[in-house]
Amino acid sequence: MSEHVLETAKSIQGRFGVESREFRGDVSLVVPPDQIVQVCQTLRDEFGFNLLAGQTAVDYWPAQEPRFHVIYQLYSMPHSVRIGLRVPVNGNAPSLPTVETVFPNANWLEREIWDMFGIRFAGHSDMRRILMPYDWEGHPLRKDYPLGYEEVQYTFNYDEIDGRKHYAKE
Amino acid sequence: MGVEQKLGNMGAVTLRLEEAVNWARSNAMWPMLFGLACCAIEMMSTQASNYDLSRFGMELMRASPRQSDLMIVAGRVSRKMAPVLRRLYDQMPDPKWVIAMGDCASCGGVFNNYAIVQGVDEVVPVDVYIAGCPPRPEALIHGIMTLHGKVRGEKIKDWK
Repeated sequence: MSEHVLETAKSIQGRFGVESREFRGDVSLVVPPDQIVQVCQTLRDEFGFNLLAGQTAVDYWPAQEPRFHVIYQLYSMPHSVRIGLRVPVNGNAPSLPTVETVFPNANWLEREIWDMFGIRFAGHSDMRRILMPYDWEGHPLRKDYPLGYEEVQYTFNYDEIDGRKHYAKE
Repeated sequence: MGVEQKLGNMGAVTLRLEEAVNWARSNAMWPMLFGLACCAIEMMSTQASNYDLSRFGMELMRASPRQSDLMIVAGRVSRKMAPVLRRLYDQMPDPKWVIAMGDCASCGGVFNNYAIVQGVDEVVPVDVYIAGCPPRPEALIHGIMTLHGKVRGEKIKDWK
């Protein structure tokens, strides 16, 4: 593993008092929501992590509390190393500050997280859905979101389901 | 063809208007140039030299719905794409036909979930369904021939 990542993790740990995890050579820091912007700013300006390579979320419902983790993958062009950030967010009207001011490409990534998980980003310039239609209800990647299956038509129930189905007119 | 010898020097062929128009319609269909998923790859190979869709007078895929009369829905239609698809259909001038190519366009296929329209017949009226995931070019050509047969059998009172 790269020295630079270990040094960075140690330094950030000391400065912000955050927890550091390591799994098979990948380091990730568990950052509370109110510190994420400063941590990103510090990583970008002082440690050369100048690319937000990915931003996503995971829903651990019902196994874990808080249920969401928002995940940031930062990449350092000069050192060619990666570091992960995890922000636990609880499920009741989840919200955390946007990192759009630090990494402008977070704009669309955060819109996707809002669309799929319903996690709001405070201070985001354009908090609209990005994948689903604007009038969509619910957030599909939440674990408690129904899959919306349509019942499969077999010979015995074909007519019943066919009767319920609406067909387009000219 | 030999028909000119039988006609003598009249220089004219008589037949029913219905047959003449249906013959013209079915032999010069202009499909719309758009694909939604992997079925579009098969549609492309249907047009390419091996299968050569131009044998049936429809090698010209129009990129504008205003110039086309056949919509081949090649691929799964997401709920977000559905209004776009309907708008394209509404922009096509009459007469117009729709082929639902593949399982996804016909009934949702393997995508039985919230994001995909369960059969494009919920959005536009479909004339021919082609099964397959994706259908081979032969299957698409068979579907098109089936549609040609349907068009040739149309009655004058049903014309648009």
